[in-house]
Amino acid sequence: MDQTLSTQHKPEIPWRMIGLLVLAAIAWLAAYNIIQPLANWIAYGLLAQPQGSHLGDALAFFFYDVPKIILLLGGMIFLISLLRTFFSAEQTRAWLGGKREGVGNVLAAMLGIVTPFCSCSAVPLFIGFVESGIPLGVTFSFLIAAPTINEVAVVLLFGLFGWKVAGIYIASGLIISIIAGVVIGRLKMERYVEDFVWQMQSQGEGLTEKLTFQERIERSWDSVKEIVGKVWLYVVVGIAVGAGIHGYVPDAALAGIMGRQEWWSVPAAVLVGIPLYSNAAGVIPIVSALMEKGASLGTVLAFMMSVVGLSLPETIILRRVLKPQLIAVFIGVIAVAIIITGYLFNWIM
Amino acid sequence: MLNVKILGSGCANCKRLEKNVRALAEKHNLQLEIEKVTDYAEIMKWPILSTPGLVVNNRLVSAGKIPSDQQLLEWLNPA
Repeated sequence: MDQTLSTQHKPEIPWRMIGLLVLAAIAWLAAYNIIQPLANWIAYGLLAQPQGSHLGDALAFFFYDVPKIILLLGGMIFLISLLRTFFSAEQTRAWLGGKREGVGNVLAAMLGIVTPFCSCSAVPLFIGFVESGIPLGVTFSFLIAAPTINEVAVVLLFGLFGWKVAGIYIASGLIISIIAGVVIGRLKMERYVEDFVWQMQSQGEGLTEKLTFQERIERSWDSVKEIVGKVWLYVVVGIAVGAGIHGYVPDAALAGIMGRQEWWSVPAAVLVGIPLYSNAAGVIPIVSALMEKGASLGTVLAFMMSVVGLSLPETIILRRVLKPQLIAVFIGVIAVAIIITGYLFNWIM
Repeated sequence: MLNVKILGSGCANCKRLEKNVRALAEKHNLQLEIEKVTDYAEIMKWPILSTPGLVVNNRLVSAGKIPSDQQLLEWLNPA
C-alpha cells in the first residue's frame, strides 16, 4: 500500500494536529460540564415547568441525557477508533494462526473487541480465517465477540448505568463468545460449512499498511462522524421514550414483569431481542429507564446482548457460508449462553 | 484503459466506493472499465478479509475502507 511511501521520509512531529486535539479535548470537557445546568435552565426556566412535575422532570432528563450521550459517543468512539487503528483483521488472523482451541478462543474473543469489524465483512473474514487453518470454534469466538461487544452499546451503558455495568457487559460478552466458540468447536460442525469455502484459495499477499499519526487521527474522526451520524436519531428517540418512562411510569411498576422473580423474564427478553437490530442505540436509554422502575439487571443485560449480538442481518449474511444446521446451532448456542448470563446476573446482583 | 474491480457484496461502503470512483472518473475524464464483483467465491480469490476491496489492473490496492479521493486518483490516474 502506498501509505508506506509517506512514512519513508522522516516523520515530522505533527504539532498542528496535537494542538487541535488538545483544543478539542478542552472544548469537550467544557461542553460536558455545562449540560446539566443548561438542561435544568431549559426545562425549569425557559419552558417554565415546575421542578418535580412529571413534564418538567421528563424534559430535564431529556435535555441532559441527549447532549451527554452524544458527547460521550463522540469522545469515546474517537478513542476506541484510535486504538483500533493499531489492529487489523489481517494482524488478528496472524495472531490466531496456530493457536489451539481454548487459548485460541480466549484470544479470539478479546481480539474481537479491538479489531475493526463490520458485519458486512463477516463472510470474507470467515472465509479468510478458515482458509488459513484457524479452527472453526476459534473463528466463531471472534465472530460472536466482534458484534456483541459493540462500541456504541458499551458507551451507552457507561453513560447511562456507569462503568460497572459497562464492565460487566464486556465481561459477559467475552464469556459468551468463548463458551459458544468452544461448544461449536466441540460439536465438529465443519461439514455444515458451505462446500465452496473449503475450496477457496486466495492468491497473493494481503495488504499491510503503516499509518502515520495524522492518518490515524483522520481515520478516527471519520468513524466518529460515521457512527454518530448513524445513531444519533436512535439516541434522541430512545431517550425521549426513556424520559417519558422516567417522568410518568410509577416506580417499581415493572418489578413484576421484568424483575428477578419471574423465571421466564430472561428467556422472554432474549426472544424479543433477537429480531431487533441496530436499535441498540435507541434501546439502551429505554432499558435504563425500565431498570429504574424495577426491571432487573440480568434481564436487561440479556435483552441487550440479544439485540446487539444476535442480529438478523449478520445471520442472513453468514447463511452464505454456513448451512442451515450450523446457523441454527450458532443462534441456539448464543441464545442459551445469553440466557445463562442473564440468570447469573439476576442471581448475583 | 484501466480495469477497476470493486469487490463487495453490496454493503453501504461498497456502494460509496463505487460512487466515488465513478465521480472521479467523470471529473477527471479517466477512461476506466469499472466492474463490480459481488460473488463471494470471486471476491475471495483476492487476499482480503474485509470489504470493500479495490483492484486496479489486477492489483489489489485497498481493502476494508474507502480511500480518499486523492489516494484514489494516484491509483486511477498514474500519468
